[in-house]
Amino acid sequence: MSHPNLVALATITRREVTRILRIWAQTLVPPAITMTLYFLIFGNLIGSRIGDMGGYTYMDFIVPGLVMMAVIQNSYGNISSSFFGAKFGRHIEEMLVSPMPNWVILGGYVAGAVLRGLMVGVIVLGIAMLFTRVRVPHPFITLATVLLGATIFSLAGFINAVFAKKFDDVAIVPTFILTPLTYLGGVFYSVDLLPQWASTMTHANPIFYMVNAFRFGLLNDSDVSMTLAFGLMLGFVVAFSAFGLWLLKRGIGLRS
Amino acid sequence: MTTVPALEIRELRKVYATGVEALKGVSLSVQPGDFFALLGPNGAGKSTLIGIVSSLVNASSGAVKVFGIDIGTQREAAMRLLGLVPQEVNFNFFEKPFDILCNYAGFYGVARTEARRRAEEELRRAQLWEKAFTTARTLSGGMKRRLMIARAMMTKPRLLILDEPTAGVDIEIRRGMWRILREVNAAGTTVILTTHYLEEAESMCRNLAIIDRGEIIENGPMKTLLSKLDVEGFLLDIDGELPAELPHIEGIALHAEDRHTLDLEMPRAMHLNQIFARLDEAGIRVRSMRTKTNRLEELFVRLTGSKEAA
Repeated sequence: MSHPNLVALATITRREVTRILRIWAQTLVPPAITMTLYFLIFGNLIGSRIGDMGGYTYMDFIVPGLVMMAVIQNSYGNISSSFFGAKFGRHIEEMLVSPMPNWVILGGYVAGAVLRGLMVGVIVLGIAMLFTRVRVPHPFITLATVLLGATIFSLAGFINAVFAKKFDDVAIVPTFILTPLTYLGGVFYSVDLLPQWASTMTHANPIFYMVNAFRFGLLNDSDVSMTLAFGLMLGFVVAFSAFGLWLLKRGIGLRS
Repeated sequence: MTTVPALEIRELRKVYATGVEALKGVSLSVQPGDFFALLGPNGAGKSTLIGIVSSLVNASSGAVKVFGIDIGTQREAAMRLLGLVPQEVNFNFFEKPFDILCNYAGFYGVARTEARRRAEEELRRAQLWEKAFTTARTLSGGMKRRLMIARAMMTKPRLLILDEPTAGVDIEIRRGMWRILREVNAAGTTVILTTHYLEEAESMCRNLAIIDRGEIIENGPMKTLLSKLDVEGFLLDIDGELPAELPHIEGIALHAEDRHTLDLEMPRAMHLNQIFARLDEAGIRVRSMRTKTNRLEELFVRLTGSKEAA
């Protein structure tokens, strides 16, 4: 790896991973505890009274959604807090004055956030396997969904951080947009249970497609076609990447 | 054969979104190997100028070239030649100095093994090696400033720009930083310095520009500019007490600062011997003398019409 841009990309990624591991108690442990509680309460205590969902035990049914939710939230949270922290602490200037092209800055931060999403995904899925009979019949689809989902929400977190002027701005989007979209994205229920209008609205929620693609990877079952799900995810990656690079080129929120 | 300037600025303008016109068509040229001072009162446009050169601020119009490379069209190539020590501390306080330096070099494409070697070299030169693996937030103010110089030197820049690098550090540390900067300059790096300490600029820099309200009002060799000062001021410490009536000496201004100190302002063309002879005749014995004001400070105040130093 001798090309300067690849060295720079590896440097940002390494710095992000070092940060994730340095503050592991904030980055890796909370999702494990939260997911264990979800499995205990929704899966075991309440889930046993709900019965089957789409032909699976309720606990098995919610596993893909919970893992995907953890991946999405952690990817988003990693990049929004890290990039905004760099802006707030002004060490973003180290990168802005360097010869790095914009795609390296964006790529490095996204790679770090995706890796956190993967780490959390592996931890949460490992916990899920202890509580359920869920395994991974479609490993390629499972991995591809995690990577694409984490990339989309890393890019979204980056865009949020670029526009954020204070720490509150970084918290607003996850609270008022990301969490409702996640909970209404079919994590806890099958879309078949919803009335027509709610089902139609759910189909406009991008997280719904990620959860279902992931559910296909783990349970071999989905409410949507894989072609549509992956097409949409790739579309979001392209659109958000283009917007992120445009923001960096214009220096919006970064250069005066 | 003409030499390509280390920094060439042409008709640089910056109007912020607030409508403030920070730079009003600044043109400036700094030659390779120079130790150059950029001075000006607070709000004169120095930091905006440095911000544009280092690509942290977008120019409204004008051109900037670093060793002939236009930062507008070839930003990446130009930035490889530039090192910046900003006014505000801007490294991650939660990282270790060694990692801060290695990562910074990595952003410029320096491979990890080489970055680690350079980091040790620069931390030792900045006398920070003992702190290399402690968290950066525990460093003192002077150490943080030296760390920023060490960081800038990690990429071996051909042009080093320092925005008030010695602000707020004690004289011992400041002298240590001067030593480092002289070494860097002697090794061939062009250095541009802004500072509040005008004696620092006078003792270190060969050329200077003074910027005021977004315009360059003076630019040239330090010696030439200082020679424009036609008056010098001294404070004389007197043996015993001054007489009630001071002697009148043609062309100079004398007044008592207190009963033991005489304030003297004289034309540069006049010899001190003449004045000492007249004072001696009046029974005034001079025990010691010191310069009343720094010469550059005097010039600066006259040009900018401000009592506020750089």
